[in-house]
Amino acid sequence: MYSYTEFDEAFVRERVAQFRQQVERRIDGALTEDEFKPLRLMNGLYLQLHAYMLRVAIPYGTLNSGQMRQLAYIAERWDKGYGHFTTRQNIQYNWPKLKDVPDMLDALADVGMHAIQTSGNTIRNVTADHFAGAAADEIEDPRPYAELLRQWSTDHPEFQFLPRKFKIAVSGAPNDRAVVKAHDIGLEIVRNDTGEVGFRVLAGGGLGRTPMIGKVIREFLPKDDLLPYCEAIVSVYNLLGRRDNKYKARIKITVHETGLEEFRDRVEARFAQLRPEFGGADQALLAEIKAQFARPPLQASSLAAFESAYTNDPVFRAWTDTNIAEHAEPGHAIVTISLKAHGATPGDATAEQMREMADLAQAYSQDELRISHEQNVILPHVHKSDLPAIHARLKEAGLATANVGLVSDIIACPGMDYCALATARSIPVAQQIATRFDELKLEHDIGPLKIKISGCINACGHHHVGHIGILGLDRAGVENYQITLGGDGSEDTAIGTRTGPGFAYDQIVPAIETVVNTYLDQRESPDETFLQTYKRVGMEPFKAALYPDQEKQRAA
Amino acid sequence: MSRKFTPKVVTANALLEGDVVYLTADDRWTRDHTEAELIEDEAHAQVRLVDASSRADEVVGAYLADAKPGEDGPEPVHFREVFRTRGPSNYAHGKQETV
Ligand code: SF4
Repeated sequence: MYSYTEFDEAFVRERVAQFRQQVERRIDGALTEDEFKPLRLMNGLYLQLHAYMLRVAIPYGTLNSGQMRQLAYIAERWDKGYGHFTTRQNIQYNWPKLKDVPDMLDALADVGMHAIQTSGNTIRNVTADHFAGAAADEIEDPRPYAELLRQWSTDHPEFQFLPRKFKIAVSGAPNDRAVVKAHDIGLEIVRNDTGEVGFRVLAGGGLGRTPMIGKVIREFLPKDDLLPYCEAIVSVYNLLGRRDNKYKARIKITVHETGLEEFRDRVEARFAQLRPEFGGADQALLAEIKAQFARPPLQASSLAAFESAYTNDPVFRAWTDTNIAEHAEPGHAIVTISLKAHGATPGDATAEQMREMADLAQAYSQDELRISHEQNVILPHVHKSDLPAIHARLKEAGLATANVGLVSDIIACPGMDYCALATARSIPVAQQIATRFDELKLEHDIGPLKIKISGCINACGHHHVGHIGILGLDRAGVENYQITLGGDGSEDTAIGTRTGPGFAYDQIVPAIETVVNTYLDQRESPDETFLQTYKRVGMEPFKAALYPDQEKQRAA
Repeated sequence: MSRKFTPKVVTANALLEGDVVYLTADDRWTRDHTEAELIEDEAHAQVRLVDASSRADEVVGAYLADAKPGEDGPEPVHFREVFRTRGPSNYAHGKQETV
């Protein structure tokens, strides 16, 4: 796994030392909040509703057991004993005290982690497929490229004050698990007609107030051209992006207003200038990075223990059926540990749970863990014969919920329980939906269904691409929830369509139940998923069920 | 005729802990909404906000929030402010921990 170079280490330490002084100067009154705010944001420190919040980057969602243990330690030492994993493969601490934050950052630096560029109008944490380097369907591991992009974008002098924040995601497989089409730049590793591997480059995707699906700006980019091409995109955006209106400042608006053709021409022109400046040092660096990401050697062994547990233990079977994905190496599996126990806060893990997951990674998964944008934790390299032992330990730790990809595996942003920007709560809505469907014992019958909830239009909960999306709003001083249907965050990315008027806080869970029941009524067979049924029958039956009075009025 | 002024309290986050505070009539910062000064006059509200904002070594982000008189003192009006008086709904953290 990739570990920091000396340069990285020195840079991060220096930034922590600077921030320590800045915090001191803020506390003794030498710095005003106006002066201090940009400095704290540069170091991932936000002020939320009830407290400060520290956002820590987990680059491309990859970490080792030592790092996970340190995250647990930080949660216990300086926070309230838990952390919240986000849709951007970050972890957030919800209760740090201002004076403790430099110590927290030092503790992170001890394990090669930091909170740099987790805020501000910079290139943010580069995200990647959480199954990278392990998935059976993968063309190539996207993480070396993500790491190259991370090094290039960190402290990049030209890109510290972009018109707005900038998010890049990379996927190495035809099945998109990183929602690349909803990013400012999306990179898909593809193979062209001649068998060469390169990137399909998308630009101008994004959710939020004006959701847009990324547009293909280059159908095939040779791998060597990655950095100059990304630099060309970002620099054209830096020039053209609107700084006069925060709501129009993201690249999705720039591409939309400029037109894809014109934008592409400018990028290609800039790329032609930049290409010769990249003399190959980036490729030498990439080669070094790649060596560190090589898949560890995996041992073949007997599958008898796995097969016997699968046949004899129905609880284990249910868990493997939902939480296990296919590994590239025969006899191995990718384990998704659900952080969505029914009724729990999506994405939260206690320090104890983090330690247990770290121990499991060390014992069974080549010391590696991943954080998914769906707010779960992954053990990427597990031999199937170890699955029964892992499952038993997860059960003890309250981490064996068999619901990955099901109705209770809900993405929810922090919403108005924490977030200063929120217009409504999202966590309790997720908790209640999960609890309700658990009571109904319908979850496995319903099958694959992704519910995603955001507490405001910024869409951190990806509601636009939820099969069922929920958006919490403030309507005349009351929480109100809009439902969208038919969104899709996969390679077939689609933005969901609104059902109609929103629902009050105490009506939203029954409304979701109505939507799901309508699906169950309408589906042709248990094999037809929610999304397939929606695509076949359209919005009407759902509308009729959700708004019976209006239907009656129309009929009258 | 100008519209009737909705009473206000001055609220902010404490600089060191980040938690929610309210300005009292005797210029203290309290953690308790009911101890806040309920400001019924618009001009006075602006003055109090300026006072509060000048205390930058104690608080961050002072603003005026709608409030109404209640049995034990001022009560919040908007649900956001109600949540700020107690903490998140998923854990008994924040103010509700100590109540
Ligand atoms: S979607 Fe809105 S409420 Fe939710 S975390 Fe993002 S900014 Fe906060």
